[in-house]
Amino acid sequence: MINYPTWKKVLVGIVCLLGILFAAPNFVPQDIHKQLPDWLPAKQVNLGLDLRGGSHLLLEVEVQAVIDEYLETMVDSARAELRGARIKYRALGKQQSSIGVTIPDAAERDQAYDLLRKVDNTASASIDGDRVTITMTDQQILQRKLSAVQQSIEIIRRRIDETGVREPTIQRQGDDRVIVQLPGIDDPERVKRLIGKTAKLAFQMVDVENSVEEAMAGRVPPGSVLLPMLEGGNYILIKKRVAVSGENLVDAQPGFDSRDSQPVVSFRFDTLGARKFGKVTTENVKRPFAIVLDGKVISAPVIQEPILGGSGQISGRFSVQETNDLALLLRAGALPAPLTILEERTVGPGLGADSIAAGEIASIVGLIAVVIFMAIAYGRFGIYANIALTMNIFILLGALSVLQATLTLPGIAGIVLTIGMAVDANVLVFERIREEVRSGRTPISAIDAGYSRAMTTIIDSNLTTLIAAVLLYTFGSGPVRGFSVTLAIGIVTSMFTAIMLTRLFVVTWLRKNRPTELPL
Amino acid sequence: MKPLNLIPADANFGFIARRKLFFAVSALLIAISVAMVFTKGLNFGIDFKGGILIEVRTEDGPANIADMRARLGALNLGDVALQEFGEPTDVLIRIQRQDGGEEAQQQAVNAVKSSLGDKVSYRRTEFVGPQVSAELLQDGIMAVSLAIMAILVYIWFRFEWQFGVGAVMALLHDVTATIGIFALLGLEFNLTTVAAVLTIAGYSINDTVVVFDRVRENLRKYKTMPLDELLNQSINETLSRTIITSFTTVLALLALFFLGGKVIHDFSFAMIWGVVIGTYSSICVAVPLLLYFGLDDQARSSIADGADDDAETAPGRQ
Repeated sequence: MINYPTWKKVLVGIVCLLGILFAAPNFVPQDIHKQLPDWLPAKQVNLGLDLRGGSHLLLEVEVQAVIDEYLETMVDSARAELRGARIKYRALGKQQSSIGVTIPDAAERDQAYDLLRKVDNTASASIDGDRVTITMTDQQILQRKLSAVQQSIEIIRRRIDETGVREPTIQRQGDDRVIVQLPGIDDPERVKRLIGKTAKLAFQMVDVENSVEEAMAGRVPPGSVLLPMLEGGNYILIKKRVAVSGENLVDAQPGFDSRDSQPVVSFRFDTLGARKFGKVTTENVKRPFAIVLDGKVISAPVIQEPILGGSGQISGRFSVQETNDLALLLRAGALPAPLTILEERTVGPGLGADSIAAGEIASIVGLIAVVIFMAIAYGRFGIYANIALTMNIFILLGALSVLQATLTLPGIAGIVLTIGMAVDANVLVFERIREEVRSGRTPISAIDAGYSRAMTTIIDSNLTTLIAAVLLYTFGSGPVRGFSVTLAIGIVTSMFTAIMLTRLFVVTWLRKNRPTELPL
Repeated sequence: MKPLNLIPADANFGFIARRKLFFAVSALLIAISVAMVFTKGLNFGIDFKGGILIEVRTEDGPANIADMRARLGALNLGDVALQEFGEPTDVLIRIQRQDGGEEAQQQAVNAVKSSLGDKVSYRRTEFVGPQVSAELLQDGIMAVSLAIMAILVYIWFRFEWQFGVGAVMALLHDVTATIGIFALLGLEFNLTTVAAVLTIAGYSINDTVVVFDRVRENLRKYKTMPLDELLNQSINETLSRTIITSFTTVLALLALFFLGGKVIHDFSFAMIWGVVIGTYSSICVAVPLLLYFGLDDQARSSIADGADDDAETAPGRQ
């Protein structure tokens, strides 16, 4: 054992060197950091939002809304088909994932069944008594939900990019959730407002043939819908049919009205939208049309003349900020479904910096305390252990930097804990060596036995802690995960330094001095 | 430099002889913990209960908590708790979960922000909706249960079943006592507390495994030594290591407790308590329990005959 093979020495040397090299960027000030040559490792530890400050949002896409919307269009097509074929029906409507209709006349039922199947031929159709049901398959539903979430992520990303937040992270979690991380944001209210809006824009004609009073009394004519005005709380009767929708917008910009200097949003349609808009405005001169945003009417101006150029402006009593936001939302596009914020965790930059400072001081003081104690308890060998312990912290930091694992506040706690526990392997070995000496072995043989005997214990005891760390990672979230990461890496690196590195020191000293008595 | 022997080499404390006392102490500890959890209950943080937590710092001198309390009280948000947090300028505001889903929580946050105005800066805003808090609680319970099971399986696999049962009982002892002290002191029980409990589980087992390893080694070495004597010797032989490792860990944790900042104060406390309890339980609960699990001559000889690489090189140490 007094032979420490050269390849092992080289390996230990390389690992330690790499540890220092990869940990180094964390100790270099920013300005020098930028001037370093490219071949040097430059990655710093990736700080979690609780340390660098920022906002973490967990959103849920209300995917059922997408399904409902699709079922609604199925109901509309079914109605059109049945009417076209002059089939008598009643109780046409949607359920959770299906639409159903009652066909009283048995003779027409089969024909109705065939027509309804055509509404969506990937769905499954069935007849039960006098009721025909078209049910979406699970596959269909899942696909629609997933694409809604995917699309939402895309829209959220566009909206956030427009606000100028740097390095946002937006990712899906589970079936219908989205995690949004916004570093450096201490007041996420604007972002929350922006991603909380569906921003579905539609141009619809106002129903002038029927009275609002009648509709308010519950007699809404078919084909129309009663919608609230954005301002004032009045209601207005609108044709259900969408003349032009926000999907046809290619641009929207905030600006000011040329006549009264009020803030407005001017927009431009694509070719198709421009054509549709031109046709509608030509056919409906002197009639009012409504600009509807998320089920609320922004304004309902009267069409003065056909608008053929494909551009226009939206005015309503907006503030400048509101026109900025609205233009941004229209440019980024509408969310396929509303979003709900399930969880928010925002840490201001002040608290984050305080946490880092406190964590640094705690780590250093903890390290010094342990180092002093080890030197007192084990003398020369304790100093070897201390060098290994310090090296362990470098390798741990280097590993965190290379892996780009996120360091959180509990993660710093994990490092401090590692400092306390890292010496365990050495303590086990040293105590074992003391025992072997007491039982009459020579120094060399005692050290040999000490290391080999303690090894199984070291592995057993560290593996159990590793099990806990892995489970913590699997079930934990955010900051707690950061703790499990540093703990797990710390266990591995401490086993390496405590066993390989201290042993190298001990063996080298042993060969040089050939002691007859151990300073232990 | 003359090294220090903290624990005398020939230590021979009668741990096993005093086992009844230790069992009584542990039984009392567990009884108090369980009673506390059921009578006083755990002070769940927003992670598990849902609700809102806001940490603010006043810009102009110490915070006027009474004034803030009055203002927030007028908002009708139910339970609102304010507490000075570390500095006289820092206030931690806890607001109960609002009725009416995720939307209502968001409105409450906005109401608080507009009520406190611009005179404060927001150091931290956390809000957890009812749906997520329920899931987090479930995940937490799951993680702790699975960890205990995984450790049981590992010990079982590496040792004999008697050791596995002893280790897990000591582990449950530590976990219960940690949860108990959180109930007793009314400390906030949140996600990081679960992390602490899991780490304590890992640490406590670590300690236990070291002693068990020695027990197994001695079982092979001293085939005829009475079990109680053998267990006691094993504890004493590893005592120095057990104490020293726990001591260095507590040293580092004390630094974290006093200097690590308010946010992880309770976490450090839980860890320190857990390390102390874990060390005690390894020595005074896990090992003495082995006496009662039928480590009879037959079981001992099967352990002694097991894959035995130590015995061949073992020096004559009788």
